[in-house]
Amino acid sequence: MKRLEKNEALCIGCRSCEAACATAYYKTDDSAYACIRIEDGNSENAEAEFTIHVCNQCGKCAEVCNTCVIQPNAKGVYMIQRKECVGCLMCVGFCPEQVMVQSDDREEPSKCIACGICANACPTGAIYIVED
Amino acid sequence: MINICNVARYQGPTEEELKKLRDSHVLLSSFEYERTPLFRGYTDKILTIDVGTKEASVADIPAEVKEKFIGGRGYCLRYLWDAVNPETRWDSPENEIVMSSGPIGGITQYAGTGKTLIATISPLTDIPIDSNVGGFFGPYLKFAGFDALEIRGKSDQDIVVVIDATRQTVTFEEAPLEHFDAHILCEELTALYADDENDKKNIAVVTAGSAAEYSNIAMLNFSFYDVRRGTTRIKQAGRGGIGRVFRNKGIKALVCKVDKVKGNLNNVYDIGIINKTGLRFHREMVQNDAKQNDMRGVGTSYSLRTLADYDLVPTNNFKFGDAPGIDNMTAKVLKSDWLTQGAADGCWYGCSMACAKASDHFLLETGPYKGQRVCVDGLEYESASGLGPNCGIYNPRDILEINFYCDTYGIDTISYGTMTAFLMECYERGILNKERTGGLDLTWGNAADDLEMLHQMSRNEGFGKIAALGIHKQKAYFAEMGWGDLSEMNDFGMEQKGLEYSEYSAKESLAQQGGYGLTNKGPQHDEAWLIFMDQVNNQIPTFEDKAEALFFYPMFRTWFGLMGLCKLPWNDIVPADNALTDDPKMVPEHVENYKNLYYGVTGQRITTDDMILQSERVYDFQRIFNIRMGKGLRADDAIPYRAAGPVFEEEYLSRQERYDRQLVEIVGLTEEEVQGMSVQEKMAATRKYREDQYQTLIDTVYRKRGWTRNGVPTVEHLRELGMDLPELLAVVEPLLAAEEA
Repeated sequence: MKRLEKNEALCIGCRSCEAACATAYYKTDDSAYACIRIEDGNSENAEAEFTIHVCNQCGKCAEVCNTCVIQPNAKGVYMIQRKECVGCLMCVGFCPEQVMVQSDDREEPSKCIACGICANACPTGAIYIVED
Repeated sequence: MINICNVARYQGPTEEELKKLRDSHVLLSSFEYERTPLFRGYTDKILTIDVGTKEASVADIPAEVKEKFIGGRGYCLRYLWDAVNPETRWDSPENEIVMSSGPIGGITQYAGTGKTLIATISPLTDIPIDSNVGGFFGPYLKFAGFDALEIRGKSDQDIVVVIDATRQTVTFEEAPLEHFDAHILCEELTALYADDENDKKNIAVVTAGSAAEYSNIAMLNFSFYDVRRGTTRIKQAGRGGIGRVFRNKGIKALVCKVDKVKGNLNNVYDIGIINKTGLRFHREMVQNDAKQNDMRGVGTSYSLRTLADYDLVPTNNFKFGDAPGIDNMTAKVLKSDWLTQGAADGCWYGCSMACAKASDHFLLETGPYKGQRVCVDGLEYESASGLGPNCGIYNPRDILEINFYCDTYGIDTISYGTMTAFLMECYERGILNKERTGGLDLTWGNAADDLEMLHQMSRNEGFGKIAALGIHKQKAYFAEMGWGDLSEMNDFGMEQKGLEYSEYSAKESLAQQGGYGLTNKGPQHDEAWLIFMDQVNNQIPTFEDKAEALFFYPMFRTWFGLMGLCKLPWNDIVPADNALTDDPKMVPEHVENYKNLYYGVTGQRITTDDMILQSERVYDFQRIFNIRMGKGLRADDAIPYRAAGPVFEEEYLSRQERYDRQLVEIVGLTEEEVQGMSVQEKMAATRKYREDQYQTLIDTVYRKRGWTRNGVPTVEHLRELGMDLPELLAVVEPLLAAEEA
């Protein structure tokens, strides 16, 4: 299974990951369009100053989709078949990490496809792609 | 607990079976049309289908109709009015079935936005019935280019009418081999008209069922394709016998086919505000549903035990409001043993409330499909309580089986439940016996004979023919046969205007007695559900308070029916901070959502007063429509006494402490006086008090609604509403003059 993993203790809050993701898929550096979300503070990890919300390919988005257009590919990465998506946005609302993107310019939302662009942009290695 | 991931996909008809069906179809006529694209929620076109002449035509919907009637139920009633005359009855060729979604109908981003509204002259009530239903047809009709569909005439052969948006055609086809029962027919037609498996979700079917041809309590099934289960599911436009009108017209099914569904087929004014509003609601569902009513887990049946705790679930024909057997039907039991969990059970896209639950691979034990495993759509609250406790049945398995057969035969579960409860009480009282029922033992709780009666109804045999009449005509028949006393049956036969009551016991809520009695179509709770507000929370103690509620809520709820919206997402789950708002019972944040959706779709800002005005225009139009058809005055708003108080001694005695206390605390007798009275005397005093209260309530509500003491909307009031239309004045003016004289 391929997915994005995180080591929050290494995050310096530069938000390069958000900008890289938003730029790659929405041609903007507005973090609202990123499939990764950095939050100030971390209540669960004393060593971390920031919380990193990433898609862990949990599949909740696929579970709530009543058109079944979100399916895992061979590597376990959940992909949206845009052509068949009706744009109901339930996947966006139900995402446990709130890292799916909805844009008024597009009829379908988007999600993390574990492409690694954000990981490449991270200067500290706080996020990285794993494949088991 | 059954999870959707463990539910095997259903198998539809085979290629060989489909070929046989396809080969048997005869094309009777075909019409081409040019699809009008939607603009801000409207196409401003109506499709008229004459099944007698097998012709289709498209007409513009005039701007003044749009302004006054908005869409949905408003359009249905407007076009029905124009089609019929005061002598029209349910089976007259000119009677129409009109369907319309509404301007918001068909958006995909918010919960409960796929409703279709339907109206026709009812075989039960002889006045307009309106009913609303989920499923795909209403939105697909819009995507095909039509805000409304009117069906007139009668076909002398069984036909399927296909509205194909991909080809922009309407075809009339003879379809002799398809099954009549909805669960199979919907599968067959979905497979037949879909290009492939993936295309099945683009097909919507409307059909009735095998009992609909004979039964006044027949409904319409609206399909939606469940991609995950691999089967068509069905939702029901239940009330008032629309299915019988459908079959009487010779229609086997309507099919609507679209090429695809996307998020902005309504071509709305501002998609951004719709997206934002939808997302806000979805996130609320994630946060609050499990903590509140668990609609996603159990659907509307979540409330059975809670309502019974307040004595509100009708048991044994509304005699009582609770029974220990309801413990067998709690949310916990339904969830753990019967209803599939984890499924995206919305009956239209974007419904994160997802209350369209199902029991999967349910093994049938009776009837023509005995031994087969099927998908049962349910249990919804009304079906569960009406088919269950109201008939003394408490085993969810039995109730699910009755529910399944009602659905597939095309029988309204609410009318069937309330009617069977009436028949069981007739059996208990000796009005019926085995000889008169042809051997059916209709004692409370006898699910086997209940099911047999239902099967007989589908075959139009034996006592099933009597059951098919509905309570109103059964009472007259039993009296005519000398089996029972009509006035006694009028007390406990739970119908009004000819329509069977839906499933709440209103004895301790005067406001809800009005909520049922002062409805346009007959006693259905969709206009006003005031029991908690009135009985439990005591928020509307005075007549004026109740009248205000009986003005405001029927109007507010009518608005959902103008728009193509489901009411449940309004207040079945509420924002976490709702209790802190100025008016928690109105769920202000959700009302704001609806205003935003209306704005987002149409580009027009709207206030709550505007919403009420839009509704009141249609509401009063429907009232006058009733009067025009001969059943819309004060006398027709009378209710059976069982809806207001204890008819027989056993009911009084079962809650004696409560009733005795009320005689002292509310009626004003002394404790000594009450102690000295016989049960019959106490019942008479209770009855007099409650019946007087209801009459006072009627006076107050009519005044509030701008109607006379006889229930006629005044000319001044119609003028204020902008509804002083000549055809309405022609109905009310003679009555107003007579009342004045």
